[in-house]
Amino acid sequence: MAQATFEEISASDFFYRNRDIAGLTNPSRAIFVAIREIVENSLDAAESQKIPPDVYVRLSYEGEATKETQIYKLRVEDNGSGIQPRFIPSAFGQVLYGSKYKLKQMRGTFGLGGKMAVLYGQITTHQPAFVTSSTGQAKIYSFKLMIDIQRNRPIILDRKVLINKDNWRGTIVEFTLEGDYLRAMPKILDYFKQTAMVNPYANLTFVDPKGRLYKFTRATTNMPEPPKETMPHPYGVDVELLQRLIQITTYTNMSDFLKGHFHRVGEITAQKFLEFSQLSPSKSPKKLSHEEIVRLMQNLKKYKDFLPPDASCLSPLGEDLLKAGIIKELKPEYLVVHQRKPSTYAGHPFIVELAMAYGGDVPKRGTFMIYRFANKIPLLYDEASDVSYRVISSMNWRRYKIAPDMPIAIVVHICSTKVPYKTVGKEFISDRPEVRREEANAMREVARQLQHFLARQEHVHNEKKRLGIFSKYLPKIAEFSTTLAGETRKPDIEKLLKSVQKYGTEES
Amino acid sequence: MEQKKVKITERKQEVLRGLKNFGTSIYNQLDQGVFPTVSMPSRSTENITYDSTLRQYILGEKNVDRSTRNIRHIKPFTQLAWVALFSNELTSQRKTSTLRDVYYSAQAYEMTFADQQESNNIITDLETLTGFAREDFSIFPEERSAIFGDLDIGYTVPGYEGKTVNLTSHPDGVLIGPAVTSSEFIKTSADKVIAIEKGALFTRFIEENVHNKHKSLLISCGGQAPRQTRSFIRRLHDELGLPVYILTDGDPWGMHIAQVIISGSANAAHLRDLNTPDAVWSGVWASDIVEYKLPTDPLDEVDIKRLYELQKDPRYQNDPIWQREIKMFLKIKRKTELEAFSRYGLTYIVDEYLPTKLEQAKGKK
Repeated sequence: MAQATFEEISASDFFYRNRDIAGLTNPSRAIFVAIREIVENSLDAAESQKIPPDVYVRLSYEGEATKETQIYKLRVEDNGSGIQPRFIPSAFGQVLYGSKYKLKQMRGTFGLGGKMAVLYGQITTHQPAFVTSSTGQAKIYSFKLMIDIQRNRPIILDRKVLINKDNWRGTIVEFTLEGDYLRAMPKILDYFKQTAMVNPYANLTFVDPKGRLYKFTRATTNMPEPPKETMPHPYGVDVELLQRLIQITTYTNMSDFLKGHFHRVGEITAQKFLEFSQLSPSKSPKKLSHEEIVRLMQNLKKYKDFLPPDASCLSPLGEDLLKAGIIKELKPEYLVVHQRKPSTYAGHPFIVELAMAYGGDVPKRGTFMIYRFANKIPLLYDEASDVSYRVISSMNWRRYKIAPDMPIAIVVHICSTKVPYKTVGKEFISDRPEVRREEANAMREVARQLQHFLARQEHVHNEKKRLGIFSKYLPKIAEFSTTLAGETRKPDIEKLLKSVQKYGTEES
Repeated sequence: MEQKKVKITERKQEVLRGLKNFGTSIYNQLDQGVFPTVSMPSRSTENITYDSTLRQYILGEKNVDRSTRNIRHIKPFTQLAWVALFSNELTSQRKTSTLRDVYYSAQAYEMTFADQQESNNIITDLETLTGFAREDFSIFPEERSAIFGDLDIGYTVPGYEGKTVNLTSHPDGVLIGPAVTSSEFIKTSADKVIAIEKGALFTRFIEENVHNKHKSLLISCGGQAPRQTRSFIRRLHDELGLPVYILTDGDPWGMHIAQVIISGSANAAHLRDLNTPDAVWSGVWASDIVEYKLPTDPLDEVDIKRLYELQKDPRYQNDPIWQREIKMFLKIKRKTELEAFSRYGLTYIVDEYLPTKLEQAKGKK
């Protein structure tokens, strides 16, 4: 008789075995994901302090690994908040560290990306990672780390403390990894260009292994309001989260528990809800049985009278910044941006921002150029699976006199405390009716405005053409008729030409 | 004869006056500060009617206006003014030009026509506006047909004034071009005109001496007869009093070539004197196919469709022969060519068929 053996594995071990789900599927994808994750952490770190980010990325060649892959050293420097020294080892050496019981819009939501990149580097090159950081105080801390994969613990190999003479603030991460830069290059460059588009207040510098410098300079120092932290909304809760909340809570009765851990739940709402779910307000949350927790979760979703989440936990780019970013990177002839009012899906607030750029440097490709962003991250893969692609495909563009062969770029930005990604790889947004409706409405709005612009432009163009026709032919008619009539003096046609012109300006 | 010469020069003067009037009208309107406008009969199908007295198509009462205030009209208006000026120069300098020439000459005035069709249309506008044919403005189409037979003509074209020529002088026939159509008729021994659809048979007729045997002027139409040829046939009929007989292939297309010489075309409804109502279609009839047991081909679908169209055409209602032959074609469902007579020998058509048909035509009169 065979006996199944169960062994417990750590989070690090789990991700080591399943690194596909973080997007580290192949050497070219891995290098792209590694850069992206570290850069996103840097941007978040600067933005949370309302500091315009300066991010410097260098990828340098270290040697051959296999026939197709090479060893690279990745170094990312930022001017962000910095990390307090006691958190540094865990922040980079422990997967799923930093359990967040509060929510706000962040680029990385799994608390996972940066660590996965470091872990991947360690697995492929067996080299330690170096992290240097300062919060701007008197000292700079520098760590040499590895991850104990089985135990999911950081191993500190070396620790240095330096005097911060220049009041430097920020974080420097450096580690080696295996990858295929040449294959990844187009996506990486796209990534920087689009990141620059959606973060117009950031300076981005990238030095690639060949020593080529790519520099994206900020167009503004204005930044969006940083998001406020918020509690989870009752509609967005699952059993796992409930159990974790019950574990850490200091509240001793259900009423306080609901008020203290959930978004937009006050005295009256808590009371009515407990009545609805037939739970005593004085019951201690720690005493809930498993069945009661499951029923509580179901009732949280069923109860109709929770107030909708407010959007203060979101940090959309705003129409002005989105404009600035697109003008900077696409230099269009005409640009229209539109921000939708906050909306929710399954208890998660979200905001859709949409822009349509026409002409200028926007190329004519026979299809619309689509730039997709989620929480200010460019989404570069699986365009056709994204909800925005479906919205664009199902639009009746002819109604707006817009055709795919026009030089048009569509920029879609969705921000949310929980972006509805379809996969852990964070590459495309799933087709949720609420999101789809918001995107479709925004799309119609910008399409209408572009239509007006095109109509105006066509009108001006036609008017010019019309005047051109009159001033081309009237003098000829005068000339021919003068000769034909045997006259010597040409008739005065200035008055007629002027009358056409006046008629023209009145019309426009 | 002197009298007729005056007529030709007079017509030139009339044409020049017409063109100048058009110019003056535009000039005066411009000078008064108004957008010049012209009005001319509409050439749209609903304004074309068949006049059974004139025995040709004519334009009705409906007029169209061309105004330079209208953005869509100003270019064709300018082109019209230019063509008028160009015709004026040609006519007063007594030079001739072709339709193709007009198309290219326009480019020198930055008056590009989109294509030949556009410039042809503008010339038709000028015809409609003034009531003169383009040949009067010294503009000729490329296509040419030929004439052969005992007719002395006197040239009026520059450099040849007073010179006369006999139209048997060249065995290939003489081109019916501007010099011939503008000539005066001096003397002829012929008592009829025979117009032939095809050049090959025209040559055969000359070789077979038909012009002497049957005292005739032979004309090769070269398919659908060009307008100048149709107008020339009309002059031969009117000025010399010669009856006109037409020989075509025995199919709906040949029949219609004859019909256009007799009754004119809808495209030329704005013009007069291009048709010869008294001309006679002598063959090849559908009934000849049966009577002479000619080699034939079956009628194909377009032929039959064409026959049903012609059956309803007003030009086919006057003379019962048309309806009779259309019915016969539809009955036997066969067609033939003039060359088919060669099955009875090369001279059969001249020695047997032609005399019979001419007798038939005379008998009918």
